[in-house]
Amino acid sequence: MAHRRPAKDQPQSFAWTQDNEAWCAAQLSKYPDGRQASCVIPFLWRGQKQEGWVSIPMMEAIARQLEMPYIRVYEVATFYTMFNLAPVGDYFVQLCGTTPCMLRGAQDLREVCKSEIGPEMQISDDGKLSWLEVECLGACCNAPMAQISTKDGDHYYEDLTPENFKQLLSDLRAGKEVKTGTQNPQRHTSDPEGENTTLTDPSLYDGSAAKPLETIPNSQPAPAE
Amino acid sequence: MLEDKDRIFTNLYGLHDWRLEEAKKRGAWNGTADFIRMGHDWIIQQVKDSGLRGRGGAGFPTGLKWSFMPKEIGERPHYLVVNADESEPGTCKDREMMRHDPHLFIEGCLIASYAMKAHACYVYIRGEYVDERDTLQAAVDEAYAAGLLGKNAAGSGWDFDLYVHHGAGAYICGEETALLESLEGKKGQPRLKPPFPAGAGLYGCPTTVNNVESIAVVPTILRRGADWFTKFGRENNHGTKVFCISGHVERPCNVEEAMSIPLKKLINEHCGGVRGGWDNLKAVIPGGSSVPLIPRDICDDVLMDFDALKDVKSGLGTAAVIVMDKSTDVVRAISRISYFYKHESCGQCTPCREGTGWMWRVLERMADGNSTTEEIDKLLDVAGQVEGHTICALGDAAAWPVQGLIRHFRGEIEERINAYRADRGGVSMAGVAAE
Repeated sequence: MAHRRPAKDQPQSFAWTQDNEAWCAAQLSKYPDGRQASCVIPFLWRGQKQEGWVSIPMMEAIARQLEMPYIRVYEVATFYTMFNLAPVGDYFVQLCGTTPCMLRGAQDLREVCKSEIGPEMQISDDGKLSWLEVECLGACCNAPMAQISTKDGDHYYEDLTPENFKQLLSDLRAGKEVKTGTQNPQRHTSDPEGENTTLTDPSLYDGSAAKPLETIPNSQPAPAE
Repeated sequence: MLEDKDRIFTNLYGLHDWRLEEAKKRGAWNGTADFIRMGHDWIIQQVKDSGLRGRGGAGFPTGLKWSFMPKEIGERPHYLVVNADESEPGTCKDREMMRHDPHLFIEGCLIASYAMKAHACYVYIRGEYVDERDTLQAAVDEAYAAGLLGKNAAGSGWDFDLYVHHGAGAYICGEETALLESLEGKKGQPRLKPPFPAGAGLYGCPTTVNNVESIAVVPTILRRGADWFTKFGRENNHGTKVFCISGHVERPCNVEEAMSIPLKKLINEHCGGVRGGWDNLKAVIPGGSSVPLIPRDICDDVLMDFDALKDVKSGLGTAAVIVMDKSTDVVRAISRISYFYKHESCGQCTPCREGTGWMWRVLERMADGNSTTEEIDKLLDVAGQVEGHTICALGDAAAWPVQGLIRHFRGEIEERINAYRADRGGVSMAGVAAE
């Protein structure tokens, strides 16, 4: 189990922005009547995007909004590891350290984080960066990788090396535009580096697959109504 | 080798546009309404005949699972819930399907929901897949705008709504009942079964939970015919499968291949071989972190399917192949997996909550050599006490990699212990195992 506690310093209050309030109303319509508690994770996530982290006043506000006991929201916020219970840097680097990334050099990236940012879960002096080693992010064919979260997005950066990772962090720090996804110029996404071994037949993409089916396979005899 | 014309995910790498118009050119949404007109039972029978086994790890026959749903809609609505909480270390296939071929997947959701008489489907996507979620949502919006979802979906006469929901970083939510708890707005702690979801699932209603890949292959199976799907793979292991190959290969990648492909062929043909050549191979975890590793001599000729891997005391799992060459510290690699399970245990069952941490701490010491040979047996004993003694399979998943390590690399652990002792004049530093 991951042990997680809320930060000591908490803000006085929480309120949705107008846009987010409208967004919340739209979310509620996705679930049946009386099942509004289903919105708790999406709401906490939206709140985190708004404020940068999940505070206790936010949990209380969402509990009221969803007519849930406060403790249920608190449970959810402390159970799910993507909720930051304390402030993080503007660029929050979540470095994957699980075995597939470890096999391809995640430890070296840890060292880069330490030297470029500082100790784990401590915001850098300029307030811009913080980092955390997280568990498998599901991009193992492009290991090692990290997800970097900002208020505007949460992108994957894959096929990292200590060199390109260092450059990436310094570009982010300088506010430069960076490429998301794979950092290996020989790859597009999770295809093999260089020439692809599959999906090279042009007839897959010429529209022939869209021709109406002449017969439905195994449709004879038609089933009795 | 599987030919391109027999591949289902023709945009696996995202080299083409995922949007509706282009997806239709690649065959998505072709004939959907016709399949639905064939009736609920026909669809389920086709899926049964295709031999499709669930692609989320357990390999349960998909058609059979669908047939467990009540035959008629009673007082409570039916739901399809798609498990897109892809978190098994090594696995990165559903992500590609959702961001590059979302329309195949959405079409599959409609067909599967219709087959099980569900008018609503929730897709539970892992929280970290933020960009993928946005793409999937955009594809869903497109499908609504084109009349493929909503009232009279795709002109089939069936009303169908699809909702994208997300998690927030908990591996355990890949367990189907934990996923349902999470979707209801609770902590993701698995439920005791029975009742099974087909009887009482989401909001207490009949529910089927399927993996993304299991759902996304269904439209193509119907278009090509169940007999087309059974052409691939051995008896009881049919079809095509997306393999995720990571670790120490020259060119890691996702690739769709026929089931039962030899592991060696898979690695050599699509990944440029093992780094440093086949002889440099040490071990492979063939199905995601939960399954026991297999050493090189088994890798030489093992086939990649459910039964062949079960016969060598491992499993196909999610077909996430993690390759380790001879430079790997295999004890450390498995210890990192143990740390993963310690981190992800939901804390509900004592054997798992306490056992996962205990196993990790012991393995960390063993990786240094700071242990005793007797402790290896103790570790094996504890792993056996975690396995099968928990509500869900996370306990098993935490125990199996440890058991696999000891089964195949016991000698290496012992050597390390002996070397550690020799360095220190024969005295072991092992403390109390559980701290």
